[in-house]
Amino acid sequence: AEVEETLKRIQAHKGVIATMVINAEGIPIRTTLDNSTTVQYAGLLHQLTTKARSTVRDIDPQNDLTFLRIRSKKHEIMIAPDKEYLLIVIQNPCE
Amino acid sequence: ELKEEFTRILTANNPHAPQNIVRYSFKKRAYKPVSYVDQMAIHFSLNGNMILKDSDEGRRQSIRLNTAAEKAPTETSAETSEEAEIKDEEGAGDTQATGEEEAEESGAGEVTEAEEAEEPPPPGVKEQKLANQFNFIEQATRTLNNPLRDKACQSEPTPCKDFSATANQWKIYDAYVEELQKMERSKEKEKPKAQVAKKEEEKKKGRKLTSLDLQGDDITKISRAAKIMERMVNQNIFDDIAQDFKYFEDASDEYRDQQGTLLPLWKFQYDKTKRLAVTAISWNPKYKDLFAVGYGSYDFMKQGQGMLVLYTMKNPSFPEYVFSSESGIMCLDFHNDRPYLVAVGFYDGNVAIYNLKKTTPQPSYKSSAKSGKHTEPVWQVKWQKDDMDNNLNFFSVSSDGRIVSWTLVKNELVHTDVIKLSAEGTTMQGPEGLQLQTLGCGTSFDFHKKIDYLFLVGTEEGKIYKCSKCYSSQFLDVFEAHHMAVDSVSWNPYHLKVFISCSSDWTVKIWDHTVKTPMFVFDLNSAVGDVAWSPYSSTVFAAVTTDGKAHVFDLSINKYEALCTQLVVAKKKNKITHIQFNPVYPVVIIGDERGHVISLKLSPNLRKMPK
Repeated sequence: AEVEETLKRIQAHKGVIATMVINAEGIPIRTTLDNSTTVQYAGLLHQLTTKARSTVRDIDPQNDLTFLRIRSKKHEIMIAPDKEYLLIVIQNPCE
Repeated sequence: ELKEEFTRILTANNPHAPQNIVRYSFKKRAYKPVSYVDQMAIHFSLNGNMILKDSDEGRRQSIRLNTAAEKAPTETSAETSEEAEIKDEEGAGDTQATGEEEAEESGAGEVTEAEEAEEPPPPGVKEQKLANQFNFIEQATRTLNNPLRDKACQSEPTPCKDFSATANQWKIYDAYVEELQKMERSKEKEKPKAQVAKKEEEKKKGRKLTSLDLQGDDITKISRAAKIMERMVNQNIFDDIAQDFKYFEDASDEYRDQQGTLLPLWKFQYDKTKRLAVTAISWNPKYKDLFAVGYGSYDFMKQGQGMLVLYTMKNPSFPEYVFSSESGIMCLDFHNDRPYLVAVGFYDGNVAIYNLKKTTPQPSYKSSAKSGKHTEPVWQVKWQKDDMDNNLNFFSVSSDGRIVSWTLVKNELVHTDVIKLSAEGTTMQGPEGLQLQTLGCGTSFDFHKKIDYLFLVGTEEGKIYKCSKCYSSQFLDVFEAHHMAVDSVSWNPYHLKVFISCSSDWTVKIWDHTVKTPMFVFDLNSAVGDVAWSPYSSTVFAAVTTDGKAHVFDLSINKYEALCTQLVVAKKKNKITHIQFNPVYPVVIIGDERGHVISLKLSPNLRKMPK
């Protein structure tokens, strides 16, 4: 559907290495990487997102996490949390 | 040697007794020989059992002997131990002595003696069994011990489930919010008002729709996250542009002596609009980064389909909304209060309203030949305030000379001719003596910001009419503005008397509506496609020409020349069609004939606010 197209477009963008969709329990649903790496990313990032969300909401319960970005030397990991899903994109920002 | 005499002495000493017993003395701390040694040697010892007659034991025994003589003769034992005595007594006393009882009584021997001494009369009935010391049989019996058997019963364990959670502040908050919502819903159900019931129904429908959507495809649930992600990815890609947009201020403007520049930012394009020209651009009044672009064609020969595409500056690579139509779009306008409604005018004379909240690519309401569409392309549409019945309405102007007011009544567009542009002095004599009036062709119009009924119309003949909504046949005023068609008219947002007009006759003119002659005339060397006032200053305006240049003027600084003349698109193949200022950011968007929209940032010199 429309969302499929959007995800395809994201993947086709310059510098995007991988795209993943993870469900609420940390199980990857859709991925463009190989299985083992995906599972690794899924587990780790899911925990991190839960922690981040917990932090934000503890400070102010009316607030909620909308986006999480981790920039490392090699690339940037972007996480968009949703109510039940987690969308993760790994991009190499062109610098 | 044999004659040696050995003396033999008879002494009373024990030859076996040691003669040198030594004892340790603690006083002297040494061993001291004991002087006297016991010399007694025992050759034979025998324990006798003769008891003195008059002693206690003797008397007891004699009594017993007397009683025992009635029962049975007891024999004095020849054994020497006391245990044997006791056994004897026991054997005399009980007929069925068990091993246990013996053990008990052996410890309380003297007690039993006394008891038995008292017992003589009752046991007299029993027959005593003779038991002697020498021929003595002990018989023990033992009761059967029933074999023990373990019987256990175990109930089924109650099903246990491990549950762990952390009670965070926000979980508590969420629970409260849910409670609140439930209470509100129950309150709403109680209210019997019809309107509320209608709203409720709508809400229910809305809820049902959303729930159906969610049940459909799993992937659709992630649409919001995907949208945010796409924007983020774009931000990364166009990072330097985004930085420029936000922070870059052209420092060289100080040296440029009043001149300014336009810094190109993002370029918006969409695959399907490649062959179409940008015919209209408008910013959304509510979301300052969202703008709508109408696609169609100005070429009379090449008329194809049209598109309405909405982009946001946050996502330069793909549009947010896309609507397609059969006929080319010529103009569009956002509703001020309802920013999700877009009125659109088509090349074939129709008008339509698109609702952005709905996902269908078709317009929500469309006019048709029956409902009074124009016979010529609609050049401009503008929303008006809701009329007295709270119906939406907008105006449209077209080359067929009619200015029509469209009202949305009960989901249908109803038209009302407001005014007919009759060209003066063009009444002709038709056949059979009818007076025909040729109508002028309206190409653009603009409503006054404050005076509601006052508006200007530009025509193809180059005239600008000042009209009022109240008068349908007569104009308030006529301005002989240009030699060619007036492409755009626009009131100044700050100076209520001033308006600007541009035309294909290469000029841009600024007027005061009370004066017949223009205040300023600018010749731009090429047909002017569009002109727009800036929202932040009453003296700044921009114009675009068909040779690909954008001109920015500031009347407070320089009344005769543009502050900035910049080539925006490649000269030969492309013409610029429209320009619009962003109401909030210092950005202009320019549309061209290739279907591209380019955003440019105004340098500081162009942004000077009037004092």
